[in-house]
Amino acid sequence: MKHTLSVLLQNKPGVLSRVTGLFSGRGFNIESLCVAETMEKDVSCLTLVTRGDDNIIEQITKQLHKLIDVIKVTDASEGSFVEREMVLIRVKAEAHTRAEVLRVIDIFRGKVVDVSAKSYAVEVTGSPSKIQAVIEILQPIGIKEIIRTGTIAIGRAGKNK
Amino acid sequence: MTTITGAQAVVNCLREEGVKTIFGYPGGAVIDLYDELMDATDLEHILVRHEQAAVHAADGYARATGEVGVALLTSGPGATNGVTGIATAYLDSIPIVILTGQVPTPLIGNDAFQEVDIVGITRPCTKHNFLVNRKEDLVQVMREAFHIARTGRPGPVLVDLPKDLIKAQVKFDDKKPLRMQSYQPNYEPHPGQIAKAGELITQSQRPVLYVGGGVILSDGYQELRDLAKLLNMPVTMTLMGLGSYPGDDDLSMGMLGMHGTYTANMAVSQCDLLISVGARFDDRVTGTLETFAPHAKIIHIDIDPTSISKNVKVDVPLVSDCKRALAELLKWFQNSSSTVSEFRGEAFSDWHAQINSWKEAHPLTYQKDDSDIIKPQYVVEMLDELTNGEAIITTEVGQNQMWAAQFYRYAHPRHFLTSGGLGTMGYGFPAAIGAKMAMPEKTVIDIAGDASIQMCIQELATVKQYNCPIKIAILNNQFLGMVRQWQELFYEKRYASTVMDVAPDFVALAEAYGAVGLRATKKSDVKAVIQEALSTDNTVLMDFEISREEGVYPMVPAGKATTEMLLV
Repeated sequence: MKHTLSVLLQNKPGVLSRVTGLFSGRGFNIESLCVAETMEKDVSCLTLVTRGDDNIIEQITKQLHKLIDVIKVTDASEGSFVEREMVLIRVKAEAHTRAEVLRVIDIFRGKVVDVSAKSYAVEVTGSPSKIQAVIEILQPIGIKEIIRTGTIAIGRAGKNK
Repeated sequence: MTTITGAQAVVNCLREEGVKTIFGYPGGAVIDLYDELMDATDLEHILVRHEQAAVHAADGYARATGEVGVALLTSGPGATNGVTGIATAYLDSIPIVILTGQVPTPLIGNDAFQEVDIVGITRPCTKHNFLVNRKEDLVQVMREAFHIARTGRPGPVLVDLPKDLIKAQVKFDDKKPLRMQSYQPNYEPHPGQIAKAGELITQSQRPVLYVGGGVILSDGYQELRDLAKLLNMPVTMTLMGLGSYPGDDDLSMGMLGMHGTYTANMAVSQCDLLISVGARFDDRVTGTLETFAPHAKIIHIDIDPTSISKNVKVDVPLVSDCKRALAELLKWFQNSSSTVSEFRGEAFSDWHAQINSWKEAHPLTYQKDDSDIIKPQYVVEMLDELTNGEAIITTEVGQNQMWAAQFYRYAHPRHFLTSGGLGTMGYGFPAAIGAKMAMPEKTVIDIAGDASIQMCIQELATVKQYNCPIKIAILNNQFLGMVRQWQELFYEKRYASTVMDVAPDFVALAEAYGAVGLRATKKSDVKAVIQEALSTDNTVLMDFEISREEGVYPMVPAGKATTEMLLV
């Protein structure tokens, strides 16, 4: 099963390689990984998506927590959370398809970020399944390049908070 | 606050941590540190002859004393030579701090002379490591390194020290209590889990205490002894756990696992409750997982949450320091006197009868005959007898290690130093040096094979230099014995690259280094040779020419259930 883990780390050199080294050394799988500073300058948040049964996810969580520079590990999948990913797609846009591309992007609430005579670069943000959907729809028109950020996630506030 | 050089700050930090002995080997990147150490007469530096030995010696020192061992290596090859020692300590959770020199910070990343990314190389085999890249961080990093090494589940911590920071002026202030935001190991057992464990124990008919190195690391052996005695529970130990419970006590079933006793393996396979204390269900202990303790509920006490339910699903996890968990369990039973009184006396009498019948049917033994051929097991038995079981025994890895584990009855913790997890040949001799430096009053014996002793034999020069009298017992079968045994059993006796009949004359070699060499070729010589070695105030290398194709038994073939033992 797919899990989205949110990991708070000390923002120090080499910390990311401790995390990725843990995954490669123990044979765990990373589907996507995203890391950047948080509100506190010396703390980073790393969001990673991995797959495994409950035992494997339990081991991953515990092994991550064992790293000295890891402050907190949360399995977003355990509670209610919002997941987002951004994709940049360069799609062919010739005379007969330019309008169709714009319509599709509009439906997905995306926008065009670069224009050339033969292509558009478009930006779409959404849940991973929405990103997958826009890619599938644009595929027949002709995708030249895809760059995805990987998933980030935030927990939903409780009803009474 | 004072301003001093980086080298002085490092030395001050070592003093602060109570370090008295450092094992190391100099080089260009650490020359300033060595210059400073020359004036620090209260810190003894032991110059080894290979960096691997420096780390093993620091490790042996740590295992014998429970204190943090320290090794000092130069950059590049000095650091990489230490990696085997670091990984050895990591797999056995031994607290050591390794200081490595590094090229000056402006040169890092430039492929400078003797530069290597040792922090990158050792990331997967240290508990934690640091590259100090700002002089302001130096003192704090040193303090955190010792803190991390000795707390929680202990382990090796490496600190990489660029040469310019060692020469720089740094501010040194008094040590304040350390608090690390992201590292706060849990020591205290959860009271609810203690109660659950206590109740499972009272319900059990056939319990087994399965004890590992965690009991020794946490100094919890007294609590273990008290609990086992109070509840009259049989005890089996892993290789790393030997000495945590007296090997000659009635409740001891000896070691379990691949070369464990028949009794221990049968008891684990039949028990209805397995209480694991500071052990990690290693594959050498469990055999095939599906057949391991199939009828048992499992209580697992371990300070490291990742050890729990990693290999085997457990019923009552107890994340805690072993000593404190055992103490709390004892308290729980002492407070619930009614249940305890049922346990005393007749407790588990059927179970003990069953265990005794296994002990009688298949005791730990070997084929004895009237010939004058030396059996390796006999040598270990004689070492046990002639040292009254009081020596610190270190081992290399292979058959020598298993015979040393089986036939010396360890009465005390911290008296059996062996590379359990990594299985490092070459460990025993330098570890013996570390132990002897820490405890000069103790007899320290390295039980070695003729192949493994050659992996760090250059340390004969170190023991000469420091008048550090170690006894080395080579069980010489002119084979890489354990691999040969597997080839005999599973590869139709095809002895590929395991014949070691080209070897130095060990007696002459010992003498060349200024040690004493003794040889025994007949069983009737063994006692006299050991007696002479023990009464000689010098390093003595004993070369025992043993029966060449002797095997280690019992043996559970790889991939089999632990009940499928090959017996003598």
